[in-house]
Amino acid sequence: MTIPEHLLYTKEHEWVRIEDDIATIGITDHAQEALGDIVFVELPAKGRKVQAGEAFAVVESVKAVSDVYAPVAGEVVETNELLESEPEKINTDPYGEGWIARVRMSGDKVELLDEATYTTYLEE
Amino acid sequence: MSATRYSATTGLVHEEPLLFEQAHEQHEAMALPGCAAEEAPSPLASFLRQKPAGIPGLSEPEVVRHFVRLSQWNHGIETGFYPLGSCTMKYNPRVHEQIARMPGFAQAHPDQPEDSVQGLLSLLFELQQALGEITGLPHVTLTPAAGAHGELVGIMMIRAWHDARGDDCRRTVLVPDSAHGTNPASASLAGMRTVELKSGPDGQIDLTELKSRLDDRVAALMLTNPNTTGRFESQIAEICDLVHQAGGLVYGDGANLNAIVGKARPGDMGIDCLHINVHKTFATPHGGGGPGAGPVAVNEALAPFLPVPRIERQGEQYRIVRSCPQSIGPVFGSIGQVGVLLRALAYIRAFGRDHLHRIAEDAVLNANYILHRLKDAYHVPFPGLCKHECLLTDKFQNRHGVKTLDLAKRLIDLGFHPMTIYFPLIVHGAMLIEPTETESRRTIDAFCDAMLEIARACEKGEVQPMLDAPTKPFRRRLDETRAARKPVLVWPERANGSSADRS
Repeated sequence: MTIPEHLLYTKEHEWVRIEDDIATIGITDHAQEALGDIVFVELPAKGRKVQAGEAFAVVESVKAVSDVYAPVAGEVVETNELLESEPEKINTDPYGEGWIARVRMSGDKVELLDEATYTTYLEE
Repeated sequence: MSATRYSATTGLVHEEPLLFEQAHEQHEAMALPGCAAEEAPSPLASFLRQKPAGIPGLSEPEVVRHFVRLSQWNHGIETGFYPLGSCTMKYNPRVHEQIARMPGFAQAHPDQPEDSVQGLLSLLFELQQALGEITGLPHVTLTPAAGAHGELVGIMMIRAWHDARGDDCRRTVLVPDSAHGTNPASASLAGMRTVELKSGPDGQIDLTELKSRLDDRVAALMLTNPNTTGRFESQIAEICDLVHQAGGLVYGDGANLNAIVGKARPGDMGIDCLHINVHKTFATPHGGGGPGAGPVAVNEALAPFLPVPRIERQGEQYRIVRSCPQSIGPVFGSIGQVGVLLRALAYIRAFGRDHLHRIAEDAVLNANYILHRLKDAYHVPFPGLCKHECLLTDKFQNRHGVKTLDLAKRLIDLGFHPMTIYFPLIVHGAMLIEPTETESRRTIDAFCDAMLEIARACEKGEVQPMLDAPTKPFRRRLDETRAARKPVLVWPERANGSSADRS
């Protein structure tokens, strides 16, 4: 299981990459592994304002349907439409082609963990 | 252990194409004579079909064999043990079928005059009374046609209750993350917003989390007790008090009523409204597309909002009441799925008021017996006694590269229907096993032996049979991922195949 050093993580198993005021969000390798084969992704609408900690996307696997929580507050500016036809990208490349949405940040964040802290959190 | 220990073996089973693929243009099961009379012009002429309907041409034996062959691929409670957790797959006694098929019941018409169906109405009234007494919620509607329909009706009544008090901003329903998926779905369908409650580390409702979510917009908490981890919510009284103090109501999902029937009453716990899955607790047939029944029981406060029609007793007569001022209205075409409801009453009557508690006692005993036999071979996420179902995980088997799905598929090769897997969602690799009260110790022992044999094989590193399973049924392991990603839902398959893609 990979946990890249340059990303931040949530206790709900999302990852975030922050560049200027844009946060790119996806789910972690651990999350995709636990969910199993992803078969459907419900993306948030572009322009939607989200609160930090608000459920803003849904991933469905053969086992379960799970909410994805926005780690940061802001406006959804871009979503990964590739996932509509190829949801399996979340399984094969969770930190790359499997990204879910980009949010222009304004205000709050949930507690974000660095790689080492997230690794310890997973081990607990 | 010899292979003959388990009943599953091989046999001659027929491959069977779709009816459409078997059709011959020249064949038909019924040859009707031509019409001798001159056709009169029809006012509906413009609606008449211009081309044939495309019904496959088959002889009667071909049709009969088709469905009998398909039925031979199936596994049901009458084929073998079916320990599907949270589903209460108990045996449906044959006498239920005889009762439901008695001509006076089976041929009654929903619009028949009341005076001509007094016997039937008296039994349905008796069932209302019995369900009211069993749940501690004395007012009952029999009309909802399934458990989830009952949930929808319950939430509609709760909404109507708030609105009638002028408290019409309450549109939030709290649902624990361990809940059945139908709970948030029913609340959403009733126009409510659902908010998920995170369970505590013990799988129970976390009071701190609950308090933080309660406000003046919360209409109800939906909960299942015992919950989907097979445990009784030990703080149920305090949970109900907290919700009531915040101005909300408590909706009970009756899916796990089998664990407490005759022992404890949801109404006494503080629950305001509860649906009853009669196909679980009271041994009526499961699913198959219906007909089903999901009666809802409520307390005094919600009684005015019950749907119509209702069955009431006026003196010696039973009446169908079709209009009540505060009712949420009709939710179904008649007074309910009579055949199913009669079967439920038959199960209640078979035990009687004094012995109904034996259902729960035997169901809980059986589940704990399985837990006791398997607790060293499989990881138990929440230690201690369980209620009517026991929860295990694949944690020990993961070390050998075997997952819950593989364990479940291997059980099929040994002749058992798998348990519920990957539910509840809050437990990783969950296996939820519910034997019910209708299984003998011999059957339960055979199931436990199979589970232990699977665990031993994993320990010895003999994992290939798990990964290949199932090998004995007519169809091998199905590609669930492809079925979900690219479902083919119509015949004939469209030429480009893309129309069936989910997008």
